[in-house]
Amino acid sequence: MTVDTQTVKRVAALAKLKIDEDKVAATEAEFNKILQWVDQLKEVDTSNVEALVSVNENFLEMRRDEVTEGNQADAVLANAPQKEYGYFAVPKVIE
Amino acid sequence: MSGMIIKGKTGDWEIVCGLEIHCQIISKSKIFSGASTHYGSDVNQNVSFVDAGMPGMLPVLNEECVRQAVKTGLGLNAKINKYSVFSRKNYFYADLPQGYQITQFEHPIVGEGFVKIELEDGTSKNIGIERLHIEQDAAKSIHDISPTKTFIDLNRSGVGLMEIVTKPDFRAPEEVGAFLRKLRSIVRYLGTCDGNMDEGSMRCDASISVRPAGSSELRERAEVKNVNSVKFAMQAVEFEAKRQVELYENGGEMRQQTCQFDQTTGQTKFLRFKEFSDDYRYFPEPDLPPLVLSDEFVEEIKRGMIELPDAKKERFVKELGLTPYDASVICENKEMAEFFEKAAKGHEAKKVANWLMGDFFAMLNEKHLSLEESPISAENLGNLVELVSKNVINGKTAKDVFAMMAETGEAPEKIVEERGLKQVTDSGAIEKVIDEVIAANADNVAAYRNGKTALMGWFVGQVMKASGGKANPGMVNQLLKQKLG
Repeated sequence: MTVDTQTVKRVAALAKLKIDEDKVAATEAEFNKILQWVDQLKEVDTSNVEALVSVNENFLEMRRDEVTEGNQADAVLANAPQKEYGYFAVPKVIE
Repeated sequence: MSGMIIKGKTGDWEIVCGLEIHCQIISKSKIFSGASTHYGSDVNQNVSFVDAGMPGMLPVLNEECVRQAVKTGLGLNAKINKYSVFSRKNYFYADLPQGYQITQFEHPIVGEGFVKIELEDGTSKNIGIERLHIEQDAAKSIHDISPTKTFIDLNRSGVGLMEIVTKPDFRAPEEVGAFLRKLRSIVRYLGTCDGNMDEGSMRCDASISVRPAGSSELRERAEVKNVNSVKFAMQAVEFEAKRQVELYENGGEMRQQTCQFDQTTGQTKFLRFKEFSDDYRYFPEPDLPPLVLSDEFVEEIKRGMIELPDAKKERFVKELGLTPYDASVICENKEMAEFFEKAAKGHEAKKVANWLMGDFFAMLNEKHLSLEESPISAENLGNLVELVSKNVINGKTAKDVFAMMAETGEAPEKIVEERGLKQVTDSGAIEKVIDEVIAANADNVAAYRNGKTALMGWFVGQVMKASGGKANPGMVNQLLKQKLG
């Protein structure tokens, strides 16, 4: 499997990363190197192996339904570049 | 066939529609953090660093959210998957501080099931459930405070959601409405979601396409976002289906797209085409191992399941003799069903149902009261019916007593006793009144005897009036017939 220039640009757009025009070709080559390596891994027969979802062998621990946190709006907002009336303020998002 | 046929210029068309419903899970704390889910708190006060997407914070699953999802799954007659997996759904939006939503993708906690809906023509239909999975809710965006900025409140960020996906089984707006009402009723019975569409605790997206009637093809669909009432969902489906028929018939081509429903016009509005927007790059959530439920966990929930609206309705029909229609109206709301059962206990259930659906509902409406605020208790309503059954008062008096109960909240026995409303069943007393009426209306008596038997009703009325409404109408009828000959 290989990717083309278009795919590289699309992945960058989905990740909200700016990629300079002169870096696209190099990135494409890097992507394809990784994909070649994945292709090589695919040569191993895994037809009878369940997909590994987690390397953690434990089952998921759950917690009880209790309110243990909150009332810390100042701390939550401390790093906000912009805040107003206790809200995070962001550029207008119009649907 | 309950499907809706859209008559086009070129022929008949049918609707193919499926729904996605997001239900906010009722729990004290959020699905992956210990912050409160309380609605209406001060801005950004119910927020943990997990909900704010702070680096290094780890999600810990709330057991109650899992229990609620399993309970709901059982209520949807669905398969419970004892093995399920959380995934990351990646997208950037101002209301999603993590940059991804923790949801379930390939392995949802609940699999296929069905919901039975009743339609106006008396038929019923099963709507297939594709799956139910649990996930985080996003934060709330507020667009109308500032003209240049959007404000974000993270209080909703991380509240547990159940996303319920149906199969594309809907063929008419009516079916969509019936399903949403039934689903709301089920989650409210179970206490897993409060089902308030107008407050956004239950939100609905509809996928709509059309095809020539009778064909089995699936055409490109439009996804209509956030239709937040049963009525709007029905309107959206009808409008969008008709729009697509028109598009096809005018030679247009339908492309998969996202629309918005405009409540003021009842129309759907194009938002964007869906080519690449679905590229969410899902992958298994590294912070949470797979969720494995024990048999014991699921069995305990099964044992705790309460009677759901369908079962209750059937019991009311079979054991209490209610009509299917009355039973379904009463059972739509759990509190109403409980009120009815309490009122009907030991009395004539069918008659209690008649009172409930008639005068009682009308009284609540007129006074703008909820069931909990009713001045008439369930026991008192039952006792009123009993007074009529036992011929202590007649039906006409019962209406008056009901009105007094609604005003004072007093027990019917007390009202009847204190105001002397007991029905007169002493035939001597009734005969005396009849004799007076006959004596005072010689001309009508003569007319009656000459064949104008329609006057019977008038005589009954006169006697009832003269008795202050208290005479037993059956006895009045019988004795009048004897005396008028």
